[in-house]
Amino acid sequence: MIDCKIVKVNSVSFKYEKEWAIKHANFTVDKGQFVAMIGPNGSGKSTLVNLILGFIKPNIGSIQVFNQSIKQFDDWKEIGYISQQVNRFNGGFPASVLEVVKSGLVSRLGMFRFLKREHTQKAIEALKIVEMEKFAKAKIGELSGGQQQRVFIARALVSDPSLLILDEPTVGIDAKHVNDFYDLLGRLNKKNGITLLMISHDIGTITKHATHVVCVNKAISFQGTSDEYKQFNKQNFTHVHEHMDQQLIHDHVEVTS
Amino acid sequence: MFEVFFKYEFLQNAAVTGMLVGLVGPLLGVFIVVRRLSLIADALSHITLTGIAASLLLEKKVAMITDLNPVYLGMVFSVLGAVLIERIRKMYKNYEELAIPIILSGGIGLGVLLISLADGFNTDLFSYLFGSVAAVSRSNMWTVLIITIIVLVIVVLFYKELFVLSFDEDHAKVSGVKGRWIHLLFILMVALVIASSMQVVGILLVSALMTLPVASALKIAKSFKQTIALSVLFGETSVLIGLVLAYHLSVPPGGTIVMITILILIVTIVSKNVSTSFFMVKEGV
Repeated sequence: MIDCKIVKVNSVSFKYEKEWAIKHANFTVDKGQFVAMIGPNGSGKSTLVNLILGFIKPNIGSIQVFNQSIKQFDDWKEIGYISQQVNRFNGGFPASVLEVVKSGLVSRLGMFRFLKREHTQKAIEALKIVEMEKFAKAKIGELSGGQQQRVFIARALVSDPSLLILDEPTVGIDAKHVNDFYDLLGRLNKKNGITLLMISHDIGTITKHATHVVCVNKAISFQGTSDEYKQFNKQNFTHVHEHMDQQLIHDHVEVTS
Repeated sequence: MFEVFFKYEFLQNAAVTGMLVGLVGPLLGVFIVVRRLSLIADALSHITLTGIAASLLLEKKVAMITDLNPVYLGMVFSVLGAVLIERIRKMYKNYEELAIPIILSGGIGLGVLLISLADGFNTDLFSYLFGSVAAVSRSNMWTVLIITIIVLVIVVLFYKELFVLSFDEDHAKVSGVKGRWIHLLFILMVALVIASSMQVVGILLVSALMTLPVASALKIAKSFKQTIALSVLFGETSVLIGLVLAYHLSVPPGGTIVMITILILIVTIVSKNVSTSFFMVKEGV
């Protein structure tokens, strides 16, 4: 039987200095899923993504990506990564949109191989997917936040990855373009068959689009389908609501008495 | 005006060396500026001065050492300085920029000590500080040519890796780029180019040749490759005009070359502002 697990996180723990940021995390991402990783600020979502990408090493546990340990992983063309780029990159960088997208081919080409005309064509095709081909010659810093994020998606797509990892990509994008962005991700997942793992704190929106949800709060508190999550959330919300109602009644009684 | 440069060997040496550093200086300068490392060039040029002082001191105090070209020890110190900067940057991960003042002041401090220990030099230290049209020997010229070829080959071979590292280090990591090695290779190239440029432009002004043409190019370029092409064009123009002026005015070429780069910068800024205002008026903004 073919193993369709693209990411396996096995009992991973990680600490910064003295404090544990991730404790005994276990979860998997299967081929074709659109996984939303949600959790409050400081819950360890980005740390977990950094561990999956091998930017940092776990203190305990192991991570496998495409059935390879991340420590020895070298098939980087299979992974596209989109960070909170809009907030972080040097807006004055003198690169054209086409140059930025072509730089996504570095993982596919490897060392000592040059970019050729066919690669330019491939970059333009990637720009067409995100409907940005008419901006190919524009400078990256001259685009809006939403347009820049589309360019970074094109850069991630140009190497034909099987897995796309997105770390809060909607930060810095204005609200009216966020829905377009999710529609694009949905198309990539359903039409192009790309597996998606996306961090977001916009729980309401992402759970509408994702097929699966992973809740992180240092440990993994939930993993399942979006429908299962809605059920789980409803129960928890009802529980919280009941608690708040009781608190209100209690306060009201105290005030009136 | 240019005929004398075909007539005398020392002027040919200066012109060819100048053209070579006018090519590789701004070429590496583009990567230095976009990575916000402009001051590294200054730190390395100062440690090069220490190497020159050490070489002159050795020549003066050690009887066995004669006719030692100070440029070579300058290169060694510059390369060692580059390695040290990388070490210190790793030691102070949250204060990486500290490496620059440490090496810069350390280099100058040691340089001053060595110069004092030698009770001054017969060689004109002034020419190392501000450049000289007469100081470049034929063997220096060949050394600079070899360094230029090495730098060009490395930049062509690793262009896409250098671009990715400069634009987005995280993306470079997930592209499998060996960032640490490429960066070390890059900073070693910078060290060699600084030591090579020193005789024409001078230690105190070498960083200007690496960064000012880039500052002009950034104002008008539409892409990264265009930024490189314009930077090199501005660098070469400055070196050529600067050398001719320096020879005819009998002044150090460092000053004239840098003043031409400043002039180009002013012209670029003004023309950019004028064209922006023109288009805004035309579009009725």
